[in-house]
Formats: sequence, structure tokens, C-alpha cells
Amino acid sequence: AENEPPWGMPCTQLLVFVATPGCDGFPSLDSKESYKLSVLEGSLLLSADAVWGALRGLETFSQLVGRDENGTYYINKTEIVDFPRFPHRGLLLDTSRHYLPLRAILETLDVMAYNKFNVFHWHIVDDPSFPYESLTFPELSKQGAFNAMTHVYTASDVQTVIEYARLRGIRVIAEFDTPGHTLSWGPGAPGLLTPCYLGKDPSGTYGPINPILNSTYQFVTSLFQEVSAVFPDFFLHLGGDEVDFTCWKSNPKIRVFMKEMGFGEDYKKLESFYIQRLLDIVSSLGKGYIVWQEVFDNGVKVRPDTIIHVWKENSIPYMEEMANVTKAGYRALLSAPWYLNRISYGQDWMAAYQVEPLKFEGVPEQKDRVIGGEACMWGEYVDVTNLAPRLW
Amino acid sequence: RYYEYMFGQSRRRKRGRRPLGARAEPELSQLQVVIESRDPGCQSYPHLASSEAYHLTVTEPVAILKADEVWGALRGLETFSQLVHEDDYGSFLVNESEIDDFPRFAHRGILLDTSRHYLPLKSILTNLDAMAFNKFNVLHWHIVDDQSFPYQSIYFPELSDKGAYSYNHIYTPTDVHLVIEYARLRGIRVVPEFDTPGHTQSWGKGQKDLLTPCYNGEQPSGSFGPVNPILNTTYDFMTKFFKEISSVFPDAYIHLGGDEVNFDCWKSNPEVKEFMKQQGFGIDYAKLESYYIQKILDIVSSYNKGYIVWQEVFDNKAQLKPDTVVQVWMENNYAHELSSVTGAGFTAILAAPWYLDYISYGQDWKKYYSIEPLDFPGSEKQKKLLIGGEACLWGEFVDATNLTPRLWPRASAVGERLWSSRNVTNLQDAYKRLTNHRCRMLRRGVAAEPVFVGYCPHEAR
Repeated sequence: AENEPPWGMPCTQLLVFVATPGCDGFPSLDSKESYKLSVLEGSLLLSADAVWGALRGLETFSQLVGRDENGTYYINKTEIVDFPRFPHRGLLLDTSRHYLPLRAILETLDVMAYNKFNVFHWHIVDDPSFPYESLTFPELSKQGAFNAMTHVYTASDVQTVIEYARLRGIRVIAEFDTPGHTLSWGPGAPGLLTPCYLGKDPSGTYGPINPILNSTYQFVTSLFQEVSAVFPDFFLHLGGDEVDFTCWKSNPKIRVFMKEMGFGEDYKKLESFYIQRLLDIVSSLGKGYIVWQEVFDNGVKVRPDTIIHVWKENSIPYMEEMANVTKAGYRALLSAPWYLNRISYGQDWMAAYQVEPLKFEGVPEQKDRVIGGEACMWGEYVDVTNLAPRLW
Repeated sequence: RYYEYMFGQSRRRKRGRRPLGARAEPELSQLQVVIESRDPGCQSYPHLASSEAYHLTVTEPVAILKADEVWGALRGLETFSQLVHEDDYGSFLVNESEIDDFPRFAHRGILLDTSRHYLPLKSILTNLDAMAFNKFNVLHWHIVDDQSFPYQSIYFPELSDKGAYSYNHIYTPTDVHLVIEYARLRGIRVVPEFDTPGHTQSWGKGQKDLLTPCYNGEQPSGSFGPVNPILNTTYDFMTKFFKEISSVFPDAYIHLGGDEVNFDCWKSNPEVKEFMKQQGFGIDYAKLESYYIQKILDIVSSYNKGYIVWQEVFDNKAQLKPDTVVQVWMENNYAHELSSVTGAGFTAILAAPWYLDYISYGQDWKKYYSIEPLDFPGSEKQKKLLIGGEACLWGEFVDATNLTPRLWPRASAVGERLWSSRNVTNLQDAYKRLTNHRCRMLRRGVAAEPVFVGYCPHEAR
């Protein structure tokens, strides 16, 4: 008939059915993100086990809606059964090399939702600046932020991020990277970092966290007590990458300690000594942890449920590392081929797309231990002016 | 607008009396701008020979900016605005200074490509602002190409009707005039490029029979190649088209392109092959290319415009008028090319090492900064023929979402190289000033990307 639109019945409602709501909870590694979408004449139904699946289905539904030349919205008849291949699909942002205003982080969370990412890995502090306003240690950001008034994340800011993420089914995993990458911690926590030496005298510069002092572990305990309470996710990222041993080696008290502990000249053992104590502290706070691959590579004793984050492209080919990590029984996260900060000319999305995370020699149980990966946007050359177009 | 730039972002914009008890410090109350020439140029357009020199004396109570022409005053005003800084208490300070400045090279350009991606007017205008902050003085507007034809022609409206991405992706005559005037007020010349005979796929949509039909054996294949050089209609079209361009764009120069002409299509076309025989060109299609180019150059000359061409036109031995400007863009051995071009007596512009669309990880501004344009074998006379250079931002991967951070502050390195003296080469010093300058551009509304780790004190929260 003349008045009938060519596409069929008007659809006015999408019914969303969630079996086990949990709308007030936080997403976790075990969250169910599967959903079914049924688009039929006169009936639009989105059903999921958990609200997290409903969110993913809603995103899909929104992408199916088209608009014709007359401005009419339409959707094709379709049946979709969907679920993620990997449960940990993350994005790393670095707010230390450059401060990122709240709106930049929130905008990123929006776009993550459009792309079904579910983990925001917040590399919140590092060498250049300490923008995290700590309740327990306010001096850390007072002395360590680029500007303690304007370039900090207040407790309220952090909660805003966590809630904004939650509403999009995104977990927020904070990374407080130690013992390296901690220069900005020094000004606000005197005595925390190792004083480097030039011969017999302190040179005036500082190195990684000082692993031989009890005060270090008291500090770490208190800080992570706070961090564990502030960030609701079960996991914390503890870093552990790129520890430069030069400063430790130069410090006479540390050399004495090495002798006392029978570590010889192997500073990896000292690093492990620190990391092990850190992991015990965090464990006792009821959190699980993710660490960069060096922690595994250097033979640190970690809990069996530790997640190892593979990031090095070449020291051994990363697929070999994935095989080694999973063979040793640990779960693995892949980032090595997805350092999006390493820009190059042309359609580099293709190289990222063609990575096959399970392309390594191993038994099925090993492959099951690969829980996903993360695209990383390190901040050396990135701030709010170029973050979004560089990432997406 | 310079008042805004200098004082605009201050939260405490107190004018008038100093607080009681304040120290009696020397105060600058006025910047006097004096333009010496009888014809200052305020109503005219900047050109290659414009004087951009200025003399700036900053002293209490009145600073004086002297320039021959208004273009020098603009450059001096930019410098003055960079001397003024705000202290932690909100006071604006400027050091006593005496500056005598003029550009090393007269042609300091930025190439924007609005064919691979349409650039909204706002994007172009913001870019002109940024150019002024960096003393660039030429906008090389690569306005059309294979992918789209956004230029709305008055004589040939079908060109954009059929060739633009959509009717929303067009530059109307009003838009074009706006760009030209906005640029003029900043001492920036707008040199349009209508690149032919290659790079013209989008022209064929709105102009039937302009492009060469390619052949598959005896049959037309359905696809088209470069502009068809053997038809009179081609030259009738070009005559009329360039008449319009010559009147729309006031600059003395038009860029005619002439790069990357693929001969395959011409070679496949039986009529073209026949023409080659008649002309005695043998199988040397470079001769056919030159034949075409020469006719276009003559057409454009007849409208009293000078022209710039890409290096292939020179390389393929077209007969060029002595005042042709050749733009060197091929990276391989460009120093050698500069020698050849200037050795043959032609004026040259250097773009080859400054293709800013070729992004890479890290502080690549350093490599752009370290280029020395005159590092090519040649006599003093030859070196004088290198009139400047251009930072090019081709548009394959660029549109309004990423243009500004991709171009700035990387192009600033090129800007300094083209303005400052040959011996201003210290990278550490440049780094300090560049990071400062980047923060300045941010304050002025240009979203330049960071140089390295750090922060700008006045960043928005």
C-alpha cells in the first residue's frame, strides 16, 4: 500500500532482559559478557545473563541501527549470539608523563565502551609526576605532581572515574609501579628512594625504591592499604618493570646488604627480595596482582594466580614469552605488539589487527591461561591535545 | 588580537592604578608601531618580495616597533607578544630589548591537502593563526586531487557538484575569499594548487572528456587516466578554468602541480598513440607530458600569473619560462636536485625533507630542525635561487580530528629553520624555546601536541 514504509513494522521498544542483575556491583574478570539479540518484526529482545552482557548487547544494537535518506531510522531483522573471546580486553593510559584532565579520561571510557573494552589500566604515577592525591600521604602529590593544585586527581576524581567506568562495564585497574619508575615519589616521601653514590659520597640523585629499609615496607603497606580500599577491583597492577640496578650498586649500604643476604653480585635477587615482600603485603590486603614480565623473567616467587603482563617485543620474541609464562602455569596478558604510542606512517591498525594472541607452541591448558591483552598508550608524547586521534 | 594573545588568559586583568605601596618599577605603557614606507601595504596582498623586516626597541615608557611595510610590523608584533610574560603574581613583564630582525628565506610555507580529506573552514583558519605564530607566510592550498574536488568553480559548477565528497564538503567562493582575507591580515599569501595532468580523477566526474579514457586492447576499459593532452577541448577548458582561478586568487603565483603522471593510460589509448606519432615524440611520453605542461604554462602566463611546479616538470625537461619556481619534493638525493634546478637558473622551493605527514615515534622535530637548505653543491648565485621551503601535511591520514596536533609544533621547527640565521642550530636551546612556544600556542587556542614529557602551567583542567 502507498503509506506503508518499505521496511516493515515500526519497532518502538527494545526489551532488555537480564537473568542475574547485579547492577550495583562492579565488573570483574569473571563477569559474564555474553548476550543474545533478537530483532524480529514487532519484537526487539536483548537478553543476557548479567548486566555486563546487556551493556555489550546494547552497544551492538546501537551499531545495527541505520538511517536512510529520508531520515528514518531502521534496523534489519537479525539474530545474534555473542560473547567475548578474551575476558580481559584493556586499554592503558599513562597520566604521569602527561597529566590527562578528567574529561579526557571519561571520554576515553566512552570510546572504550563503543569498542567493547572492559579494563581501564590506569598507569597513574611514574617518574615524571605523581598526580594521585593520597589521603595517607598527601605530600606525595603535593611535592610530586606537576602542579599540586591543577595537575592532580582528587579522591573525588578517582571515584568519578571508577563509577563512570562501572556504568560502562569497565574495570579500573590501578598501577602503582615499583620499585623502578618512582622518581616522583621521592620528594614527598623522604628516605623512600635509594640515594645514589659517586664513589664515597651521595651524588644527590636517587634511584629505585630502597629495598633494604624497614621504613620502605611500612610505607608500602600503608600506601597499598589505601590503594586497595580506593580501587574496588580485585586486581592491582604492581609494575616491577625496568629496574635500573646502577644506583643500587653504587650505594654502599646496599652492597653490605647484598653481602649479608648472600645475593653475591646478582641484583636481580635484591629486586626479587623487594617484589616478594610487596606481593605478600598486597596479598594480605586481599588483592590479586598483575605484574610486568620482568618479575617473571627474573625468577621472583609469585602466587600461582599472578597475572604476567607481556610487553617486550624483542628481548625474546613475545610469543616465546607467552609460551614460557603460560607453561609455568601463570595467566598472561598480551601488550607487546599493541604499543599504540609507537606511531608510524600509514594504516598501522592492520598490523595490530593481524596479531594472533594464541600463536605460540603450547597445550590447550596453556592457551586457556591467556586471558586477554591491552592496547597501551604511553604518555611521553601524548596529552589531551592528541590522545583521542592517536588512540582511535 | 595581539592584545588578547598577550593578556587574554590572565585571570586578573587589572588595568589602571598600581596598588598603593607598590615599588616604582619601570613601566611600559605603549607599543608604538611605525610603518616607514609611503605605501605601507595595509590594503594590498603580501607577495614574495614583501619586506618582513622590523626593528623592535623595548624600553621604558614606550616601546617602538618599526618596519618598512605592514608585513614586517606583523612579524614584529608576533615577536613582541612572545617577549611579554606573566609572573606568578599576575603581573605582565617584558625585558628591555633591542631587536633587529628579518627572515632568512622569503618563502616559508605550509601545504594543506583538502582533497584526500575535506578540511572545514575552522580548521584552515586555526591553522592560519598557528602559521602567524610561527612566522610562516605562504599557505600552499593543495585544494583538489584524485579523491575529491571541493573547490566550487563559478564557470564549472559541475566540477564540485559531481566531484566533491558531498555538497557538505565544498569551498564556496565566499569560503575561499574568507581564507584569503584571513590569511592576508596575517601576512600570509594563499597559493592555490590545481595539480594537473595527473592527480585529476575527481575532475573527470564533472567534466566529461577531460580525462584520457584508458584502453584494454581495442576497447575502452571504463577507467580514466590523466588529463587528455591531445584534445583542443582540454585546452579550451583549462583556458577558461585558469581565467577564473587567476581572478579568484590574488597571489602572483599559482601552483600547477605536474607531479607523478602515470603514463600507462596514455600508452593504452590509440588516439594518444597516434598523436605521439604525429608529433614525432616516439615512445617518450615525458615529451607528451611536457607538451601539455607547456601549453598550460602559456595559458597561465597570459593571465599574468607566475607559476610553481613540482620537480618532475623540470626533470622531464619541459620548456619552462625563466621565472618558473620548481618545488623539490622527492627525498632521494634532493640536494643533488637543488643543484640541478638552481644550476639551470630556476628558482627553487624545498619540501623534500619536510613531509610532516610521514609521522614516526619520538621527537622528530629535531630532524626537521637540523636540515640546512643550502647544503647542496652550488655557487653563491645558485644558492640565492633557493627562496625557501614548505612543510607539507598531505591528507591521506589527516583531517580536522588530528590536523592541528600533527602539524604543530613539529612545523615550528621548519618555521625557525626558514626564518632564523643559519647558525641558529643548537638543539638543547631550541628544545627549551619550543616547549615554551608550544604552551604559548595552547594558550592561544592551537591544540599543538606535546614535545616531550611535562606540562603547561596554563593548561585547561
